[in-house]
Amino acid sequence: MSAPAAIETRALSKRYGGFVAVDGLDLRIDEGTVFGLLGPNGSGKTTTILMLMGLTEVTSGSVRVLGLDPVRQPLEVKRAVGYMPDAVGFYDDLTARENLRYSGKLAGLRGEPLERRIDAALSRARLVREADRPVRTFSRGMRQRLGLADVLLKAPRIAILDEPTSGLDPQSTHEFLDMIRDLKAEGLTVLLSSHLLDRVQAVCDRVGLFHRGRMVLEGSVDELARRVLGGGYRITVEARGADGDDRGGLAAALHAIAGVNRVERSPEGALRLHADRDVRPEVATAVARAGAALLGLGMAAPSLDDVYTEYFREVRHAA
Amino acid sequence: MRREGSPWTGAWTVVAKETADHLTSVRLRFLEGLILLAAGGAVYAAIGRIRDTVGRDPFLFLSLFTVAREPLPSFVVFLGFLVPLVSIALGFDAVNSEHSRRTLSRLLAQPIYRDALLIGKFLAGLVTLAVAFLTLWLLVIGLGLLLVGVPPGGEEVLRGFAFLVVTVAYGGVWLALAMLFSVLFRQQATAALASLAVWLLFAVFWSMLAPLVAEAIGPAQPTPLAAVERSEIQQAFARLSPNVLFGEATLALLNPATRALGPVFFSQLEGALIGSPLPFAESLLLIWPQVTGLVAAVIVTFTIAYVLFQRQEIRA
Repeated sequence: MSAPAAIETRALSKRYGGFVAVDGLDLRIDEGTVFGLLGPNGSGKTTTILMLMGLTEVTSGSVRVLGLDPVRQPLEVKRAVGYMPDAVGFYDDLTARENLRYSGKLAGLRGEPLERRIDAALSRARLVREADRPVRTFSRGMRQRLGLADVLLKAPRIAILDEPTSGLDPQSTHEFLDMIRDLKAEGLTVLLSSHLLDRVQAVCDRVGLFHRGRMVLEGSVDELARRVLGGGYRITVEARGADGDDRGGLAAALHAIAGVNRVERSPEGALRLHADRDVRPEVATAVARAGAALLGLGMAAPSLDDVYTEYFREVRHAA
Repeated sequence: MRREGSPWTGAWTVVAKETADHLTSVRLRFLEGLILLAAGGAVYAAIGRIRDTVGRDPFLFLSLFTVAREPLPSFVVFLGFLVPLVSIALGFDAVNSEHSRRTLSRLLAQPIYRDALLIGKFLAGLVTLAVAFLTLWLLVIGLGLLLVGVPPGGEEVLRGFAFLVVTVAYGGVWLALAMLFSVLFRQQATAALASLAVWLLFAVFWSMLAPLVAEAIGPAQPTPLAAVERSEIQQAFARLSPNVLFGEATLALLNPATRALGPVFFSQLEGALIGSPLPFAESLLLIWPQVTGLVAAVIVTFTIAYVLFQRQEIRA
């Protein structure tokens, strides 16, 4: 790892009274990467973010953001880091532009440069037409985009987005993730937290899986899939038997193919194969030989959802 | 552990934004209308009575503020009652509304300290109060000029201005208290009710409680000295109320003949010209403890709010 770390924590812990919110977190995020903090609600993601911003006190351990200590140099850190909180709020009576102007002034910007930055941030967040409307008329998706404009306004080196896509419809989510990709293309470091895994997986270089204040898994999505799912291939077969519903026989035939470990039937009636290698050609032959009609044959990329479900199944079994 | 950077970073931006919010808010318009009606009525009624004494009273203008005609109370009494209301209206949702609008964490993610937010909001409230009272003060003086037709003297202007300053300090106490409750309670309604409860306690019940307390803890003997001691206890207790401090301070300022604010022995009045006015500096000296008390109350209340706010977790 030659690139300098944008964010680094060592044994970072936070306790609220007797409750341990974050427990000995070691995290390193390289500059220019998109990192996803994933985990169920209440697993310590937001607390971690607040400690990175210097917005809540650290119980023990150390944090460095761009080499700065958020406890002692919070202003420096906050100048370089943009933060969009979970369910971000604005002053409803002010327009989008006025809301941004207030943030910008608090960040120390003034006059013409501030107005230029506001225009740029609004156009990046695709809010140019709505710029002079009061925020009270905004939809959830527009508020979220205004939140992103608020982050971009101070031209940060790191953008921290807490649950940026929660409560958004699929279209808005898609747009939002596109904007995050743009940020990465410009070299920003992005840290985002989410409990919606499949949507986030598409933009993250690396992810960290949180569970009860600990980061239990960390790596790229592929790495995690190999580690947790055993690196298998998942193949879905949709077939209609020649004589109606003879799929039991087909399942047996598929199981006989070398490299297939398990055959399951999905609730929709398709067959799911767990295999060590790509066995699609053999599956096609087997279906034809069994006299069934092949309707669909696909291989799913390993998804974070699977990793997540599988991991917590193991945790529960171990407990 | 020292933090770097000034706590004032961004404070003036907050002051500007909050002041603009206050001055354009419907809430303040409404209260200003109420005060204008009440105060206008009181002053107009006072002018009716003053007309009879023109030429005899050397402090004609000051009596605009203090003279009452049944059934209306005087301007000063109205203010003592309404200033807390305005201050509470400006402060009760200062911090908790940022929580409920979910703007707090976004604001504090800007390169400012929490200090800037709280100080900024407090100063904005004070500025708003000062603007509102200055306007009212000028209106009263204008009304007096029009209807009485005599310009105020130099000392009257000085005393009137000191009265204005004391009024703003008195408003500051209630503003700080309302902001304290806005930090303490997440629900805006709870903060507003708690502030109003304290206001009611001081405005209505405190003067009833004071004699009871004096009777309970003072000496019970039926001697004159014991009576003096009881009355001193009663006064000391009463002076814990900002309303009483405001009342005493304005009394001495607007009524130059006031020579003492507590019980006075006849022997102390030997050689005094009863009814003759005190010079401005002497009146100021007389109310110095009251003014100091008001300012101290502002500082103590604000400090408590400040400490609580610094320790508060900002997440909902």
